[in-house]
Amino acid sequence: MTATAPAPTKTRRAPVTSDRSSAENRLGLRLVAPAVIVMLLVTAWPMIQALYLSLFQYRLTSPDDKEFVGLGNYVTVLGDGLFWKDTVNTVIIMVVTVAVELVIGFAFAMVMHRVIFARGVVRTSILIPYGIITVVSAFAWQFTFSLTNGWVNSWFAWLPWIAEDTNWFGDHWPAMFAIMVSEIWKTTPFMSLLLLAGLSQVSEDMIEAAKVDGATWWQRLWKVILPNMRAAIMVAVLFRALDAFRIFDNIFVMTRGAQDTESSSFLTYRQVIEQFQLGLGSALSVLLFLTVLLLAFLIVKLFRVDLAQARGEG
Amino acid sequence: MKTDTKTKAGTGIGFVLIMIWCLLPVVWIISLSFKSTAETGAGSPQFLPKDATLDNYKTLLGVGTLSDGTEPDPAVSDDFIQALINSFGIALIATLLSVVFATLAAYAIARLEFKGKRLVLSLALAIAMFPVVSLVGPLFDMWRTFQLFNTWPGLIIPYMTFTLPLAIWTLSAFFREIPWEMEQAAQVDGATSWQAFRKVIVPLAAPGVFTAAILTFFFAWNEFVLAISLTSTTDSRTVPAQMSFFVGPDPFNPPYGQLATASVVVTVPIIIIVLLFQRKIVAGLTSGAVKG
Repeated sequence: MTATAPAPTKTRRAPVTSDRSSAENRLGLRLVAPAVIVMLLVTAWPMIQALYLSLFQYRLTSPDDKEFVGLGNYVTVLGDGLFWKDTVNTVIIMVVTVAVELVIGFAFAMVMHRVIFARGVVRTSILIPYGIITVVSAFAWQFTFSLTNGWVNSWFAWLPWIAEDTNWFGDHWPAMFAIMVSEIWKTTPFMSLLLLAGLSQVSEDMIEAAKVDGATWWQRLWKVILPNMRAAIMVAVLFRALDAFRIFDNIFVMTRGAQDTESSSFLTYRQVIEQFQLGLGSALSVLLFLTVLLLAFLIVKLFRVDLAQARGEG
Repeated sequence: MKTDTKTKAGTGIGFVLIMIWCLLPVVWIISLSFKSTAETGAGSPQFLPKDATLDNYKTLLGVGTLSDGTEPDPAVSDDFIQALINSFGIALIATLLSVVFATLAAYAIARLEFKGKRLVLSLALAIAMFPVVSLVGPLFDMWRTFQLFNTWPGLIIPYMTFTLPLAIWTLSAFFREIPWEMEQAAQVDGATSWQAFRKVIVPLAAPGVFTAAILTFFFAWNEFVLAISLTSTTDSRTVPAQMSFFVGPDPFNPPYGQLATASVVVTVPIIIIVLLFQRKIVAGLTSGAVKG
């Protein structure tokens, strides 16, 4: 109880404690507790529930027939071609959209970095796709590619593979294309803003020095600018890749999974909410969770990004 | 000199391309919202409406008289307005609560030394990457047990969960920029840690808190997976969910104009927020995000 702290503690009213650091420790824990509880309440607990339910044959339409099947649901899922087809779809969407966004996003970031006039106008405009609801983006692009009401066919009819009557939602690849356009349109601004932040931290002196030494524009880009933006690029890729892997809204609105455009998230949703297959759906949920975990682990390991460090969080 | 002109031209072209990229789809849905049902029903591939009409807006908001002299169908406007109220209510409450919790946590992370700090940050990061769909099944089951299914709190609670990570990261980055000495000075003057937090740091942190609130609001306003899975009627359906189920009488011929109008209406708040707080949003998205 007696004060042993090197400096005399100055407490006027109720003596808080004799040991400042343990008081700080307790206050810290008390302040983070509400946030941590809310975060765990809706994630950890349902995930444990999902793990448990995934071991049962359980349909909500006949709850009395709940039957323990062990790993049976996992065997069913992993042995089903649909699961793999949807996983491949999701991976294709993820890889293509992130790659395209990285290139376009970087080009946008370069422009925004250079623009002197109308800087506010560009930044305001670029935040509109970022802020717009994904469902609205999906509708806007669905109507754009619509056979009867879209402008793509009439504007681009001069291209050899587009005709007045091209039905974009009538085949697998065109439908996937339309979905990816909507996804890329909406999320490129986010990517470009993250890259812009990285770009503005590359020292101008270094670029100037390279220029004086006779480096071409291309060399400056690859040897000076990009290596110095590594952390920013990796953070952007990690966040966007995991986000793209969870793609759901665009597919739900634009095709409802028709033409084999279903994603892993959509398959899980369909099993649980439309078919009431809680057991099987929970197995899918667990697998989806593990895939995302694996993906995050791979990206972090592969690129050796220390996120905490990248965000200046010692 | 030559490269400089080239760079300038490139920037100019880039500027135009960015503007087209960002605004063309928005202009498109606005244009579509002025097309009549008759026009879209017959097929109308041209960009601008033939005869611009306000009928879609009148139908959705339930005001005025349509161009054919009939009153708008109240069933459509009632559902849409209820969905708007749900969207606003749920997003605002979730934002408020999430920002309060995140402010407490971010303060502790930025300013205090305590065990488990890194654990909290890692947890937040893990949740930011969590596949929301994998929660739909168990939450659907749990929410029905707790009577939270198809209610506002049933959506507010998970929205808090998924906006807390973003808010905590953004805020802790902002809080690290606040001058430490001010707090110490207050403590020297006899304030406790809590008083120093409330009287000194909160006013300084207000701009950061506001930014976190905008980003949180965007998330809740946009959320779709939980909104369609944990609701069943217009009592708690938000606009995105309501729109996705709004097919109209003919499933093969969706009411393009009305869906576009709904899209425009829900995009208006976003555009207002973006116009007013552009700087804050960019700062929030990037300041804490990338420091290499």
